[in-house]
Amino acid sequence: MSILINEKTKVIVQGITGRDGSFHAKQMLDYGTKVVGGVTPGKGGQEVNGIPVFNSVKEAKEKTGCDAAVIYVPAKFAKDAMLEDIANGIPLIICITEGVPVLDMVEVKKALAQSNCRLIGPNCPGLISPGKAKIGIMPGHIHKAGDVGVVSRSGTLTYEVVFNLTAQGMGQSSCVGLGGDPIIGTRFVDVLQMFQDDPDTKAIVMVGEIGGGDEQLAAEFIKKHVTKPVVSFIAGRTAPAGKRMGHAGAIISSGDSTAETKMQILRDAGVTVIDFPDEIPQALAAGLKK
Amino acid sequence: MKIHEYQARNLFVEYGIPVAQGDVADTPEAAVAIAQKTGFPVVIKAQVLVGGRGKAGGVKVVGTEAELISEFKRIKALNIKGYTVERLLVAKAIDIKKEYYLAVTIDNIKGDVVIIASADGGVEIEETAKTHPDRIIKFYLGGVKSLDEARWAPVAAQLFSDIRLQKSSTAILQKLLKLFFEKDCSLAEINPFVINGEGNLIAADAKVIFDDNALDKHPDEIAMRDMKYEDADELEAKEKGLSFVKLEGNVGCIVNGAGLAMGTMDAVNLLGGKPANFLDVGGSSNPEKVLNALKIILRNKDIKVILINIFGGITRCDDIANGILTALKQINIPVPLVIRLTGTNEKEAKALLTSAGLTTFTSMRQAVTEAVKATK
Repeated sequence: MSILINEKTKVIVQGITGRDGSFHAKQMLDYGTKVVGGVTPGKGGQEVNGIPVFNSVKEAKEKTGCDAAVIYVPAKFAKDAMLEDIANGIPLIICITEGVPVLDMVEVKKALAQSNCRLIGPNCPGLISPGKAKIGIMPGHIHKAGDVGVVSRSGTLTYEVVFNLTAQGMGQSSCVGLGGDPIIGTRFVDVLQMFQDDPDTKAIVMVGEIGGGDEQLAAEFIKKHVTKPVVSFIAGRTAPAGKRMGHAGAIISSGDSTAETKMQILRDAGVTVIDFPDEIPQALAAGLKK
Repeated sequence: MKIHEYQARNLFVEYGIPVAQGDVADTPEAAVAIAQKTGFPVVIKAQVLVGGRGKAGGVKVVGTEAELISEFKRIKALNIKGYTVERLLVAKAIDIKKEYYLAVTIDNIKGDVVIIASADGGVEIEETAKTHPDRIIKFYLGGVKSLDEARWAPVAAQLFSDIRLQKSSTAILQKLLKLFFEKDCSLAEINPFVINGEGNLIAADAKVIFDDNALDKHPDEIAMRDMKYEDADELEAKEKGLSFVKLEGNVGCIVNGAGLAMGTMDAVNLLGGKPANFLDVGGSSNPEKVLNALKIILRNKDIKVILINIFGGITRCDDIANGILTALKQINIPVPLVIRLTGTNEKEAKALLTSAGLTTFTSMRQAVTEAVKATK
């Protein structure tokens, strides 16, 4: 099993006619994901890589029966793209777009709260259930099917972690990139719960970074609800205080958000915290033996 | 993006939030002219974008023209946490009867706009939040862009016993909210929010932070940026779609993605080196970005090696490889390049670089070790 997506998930691509949208639609198809349609207003009737393009999410849903949508539109259109998915009851929405204004996300969160939809992102790499489906921008070939669940706030750092797992023969059940923005649809605790409940996930890797309070909430949650071994890496130990490191989420707002503090809080919750991404496989193996 | 108090105060004036009469001055003469209009005593405040200016001696109440001139000169000569003082805000001193706290910001975890209010305002507000969290009121808007006055009324009554102040504070809060939403802020704060000698509410300080992701919509806000607080290289990098922060070390880093860029800096440090910078080339990078990144990094004369660490996702490794090859033709790179490429279009990238005689690594630890070795 896997969480959130599998070989049956039918995906539409919003922004499929753009450079990134078309490239990654093809990559997803090649991986085996059921990419059933694309949406670009005004370009309905066209085809991209053999995928039919529709004018609206409504039309795409009626014609394809999709149950997931992935968004590659520019930042200023991202809010409307997400709201359109929510209005049409798309159960799983993945927003890859970065640079979405925070107040746009406040609106999206309200719409989400009144719906049964789940949002991953924005500013995220998406998610993959290796061997089954990938929705997002991660390179498929570095993954391998298996029983380690990976959840992360970062994109490329997640690939680094997965690369090391696969190199040591440790496959993944699912890998979820939550996104680096201050307001995101799905947080560590949500995914930790799913991995805890997934019988095919035996251990969990959590990749965090400086800034915000999500790792602290995750630590509390792990202490109370997670019985599977958790290994964590926290990026940003050498980041200077108060400096933005690209992510809005990666701002050191208070002493409680430093990498060292987060590492300690996670250790106190029973998590194995390692210093270098390539130390994760060994730490997992040790955790699984216990 | 942070702005100065006087700029935030101008926004308060624009939105009708009461402030003490005054203006910003860059010379003692200009300060005297302002004080003559407002009348003494006046408070003069250094305009710097770093905290702790009061403790550094950057705020002073003065009663006479002679005192104003000497104190203005003293504060203007201060260096506050590495920054010189260019301007001072000169405003009529307020006869403060009581200090409150009022702010609008975003609770990221809840994903909602929150009003934070307290009857214990002033510089100790953060301490109060820790020791007496019950004295801090948090009021969530619930995803809407307006205040439900019926729901707010009991909160206003909790803050102010006087009905007149309940009403005027609510009116000011409405204006603060309007400013917050129209200007796409991440913070609009009045601290202290005070009752003056006449018994009226007035903003004794002004703090506004804009959402960087919304700046494209607001050219007026971009124009408020104080260039002195921006590193020229960092600004240029931003214009070119790169995210760059200069550090103290000698290992130049070019990485894709903020998380991996931080992870790479940590790895350099862990393996005995010192990162010279944070540089994220961002997603879907075109070859031009690598050239620009190399140009910016090479301005730092401390650099002994450049470590390129790319894990291709939305970034395609062959784009990066082409960028490196273009750069090698166009600019002189006097230090060794250590290149690690893996992920999307990795094979194409490695073929390109190998045929140009460059070595590439697949393992991050190996590449970082190699880069650190080059600095010794």
